Amino acid sequence: MLTNDEQKLLELIATDFRMSSDELSIQTGLSKEFIEERIKQWEEEKIIAQYCPLINWERTGEPMVTALIDVKVLPQRGYGFDKVARRLQKFPEIKAVYLMSGGYDLSLLIEGKTMQEVALFVAEKLAPLEHVTDTTTHFILRRYKQNGVELLGEEDIPERLVISP
Amino acid sequence: MNQYLSPIAASLPPSGIRRFFDLASTMKNVISLGVGEPDFVTPWTVRESGIFSLEQGQTMYTSNSGLIELRQALSWNMGKKLGLEYNPKNEILVTVGASEAVDLAMRALLGPGDAALIPDPAYVSYGPCAALAGAEVHYVPTRAEEDFRLRVEDLERAYTPNTKVLVLSYPNNPTGAIMTWEDYQPIAKFVQDHDLIVLADEIYSDLTYSGNHTAFASLPNMRNRTLHINGFSKSYAMTGWRIGYVAGHPDIIQAMTRIHQYTMLCAPITAQVAALEALRSAEQSMQDMVATYDRRRRLMVHGFRKIGLSCFEPLGAFYTFPSIKATGLTSEEFAEELLREEKVAVVPGNAFGPSGEGHIRCSYAYSTEQIQEALNRMERFVSKRIK
Repeated sequence: MLTNDEQKLLELIATDFRMSSDELSIQTGLSKEFIEERIKQWEEEKIIAQYCPLINWERTGEPMVTALIDVKVLPQRGYGFDKVARRLQKFPEIKAVYLMSGGYDLSLLIEGKTMQEVALFVAEKLAPLEHVTDTTTHFILRRYKQNGVELLGEEDIPERLVISP
Repeated sequence: MNQYLSPIAASLPPSGIRRFFDLASTMKNVISLGVGEPDFVTPWTVRESGIFSLEQGQTMYTSNSGLIELRQALSWNMGKKLGLEYNPKNEILVTVGASEAVDLAMRALLGPGDAALIPDPAYVSYGPCAALAGAEVHYVPTRAEEDFRLRVEDLERAYTPNTKVLVLSYPNNPTGAIMTWEDYQPIAKFVQDHDLIVLADEIYSDLTYSGNHTAFASLPNMRNRTLHINGFSKSYAMTGWRIGYVAGHPDIIQAMTRIHQYTMLCAPITAQVAALEALRSAEQSMQDMVATYDRRRRLMVHGFRKIGLSCFEPLGAFYTFPSIKATGLTSEEFAEELLREEKVAVVPGNAFGPSGEGHIRCSYAYSTEQIQEALNRMERFVSKRIK
């Protein structure tokens, strides 16, 4: 369990990982030593797994498609779904792997340059895999919001008065 | 046409902020730290409930006192957060912002021959509202070296036998000062000894950064002597909705409700519906905003101290009130030169009363980037003036 200070610090890093330990210290009132020690520990424990900016690729004009794929899998004795999941996560095209409740077993997030590239990956690599019994591919048409950030032309916030009591 | 004005209206001074506002409004690329309202937009769930109520055709008057569901929720909320118990039926009045509650309270309690004690510096409307009710106003100084807390010695000095009302507004605009349970003890005794009614404007009660807020009405024997005034503007970023409330002894609330019924009839129903939703589901949004203010507060206080302006640590609201005496300038000179030279707008401290002289009010209801940029500009400005 995290202490209140740790929780506060981790949430702040999650929203802006570019803040220096000096800045973090000024804004939280926590000592610089405490902050640096915790961050080091969290990095070692993979609690901070990666520092990763959220890129709005659509705005760059670069071709990119993302698909969510429902995968049905035959669970294996002694391993459940783990063995297949661990095998799947090795593919660099697959960006996320989740075990799901409900109508299918694994949910994959796949990125590629074109729909064809993704479709080909599913047909040639994913569907023929041993224990995979069924796949359904959903292409993402538009990303409105991700990681709590509104990606499409955020509403302009009306301006406040310059000075008010 | 001035000869047609009533003597009271003619004698009301324009708000000290006005002149400065006019000046700042004409300039471009100004970074302003001068705003007394949140930079957040009202949480979506609250806005959405207002929109839905309009779709449903909720466009009628409500009862004068406000929607009973809202008063019930307010009663529950004040109990949970501040340890106050008010009967939603006859001890709570929903008003058009806390501002209306201040006006109603002054008019219900004061008349010609009466006097009100008002801490100095303080929000700009208490004095004029008391004056509009026909009463005298006596300002009670507070000081930076005492963290702008109100001292009973100063109250005693300002007291006159015709004093009827004491205004307490903590967390304080413009200083950011708070009053703790201990700080309030001698004040409560003073109130009891002199048989006063307290108008406690606690609009910033949710925005405190060191322990829980103490409501003056929660002190022993103070409940019936206190009008607890609060609202949604600051806590839930709802300034433009104009929705507030007041709670107190039923006799006083009833008198205020009568004035309210003849002047305002009721608070807008859309704002009341939205306020109810805020109480029901926007607590987390509010806590997130408070956590953000707290970080900016530390950033700003640190920044001022670094550039050589002494700044006591404000523990409430969203203002810092640094001293600019080291520059040798008056508050107005400082604010005006800073605006012209570096295009940073702050509010001169004397706009909030004579004890604010030597200080400027800087709001931290701005993004950290804006605050940092303003601090950089101010550093340039101040370094030329502090030897």
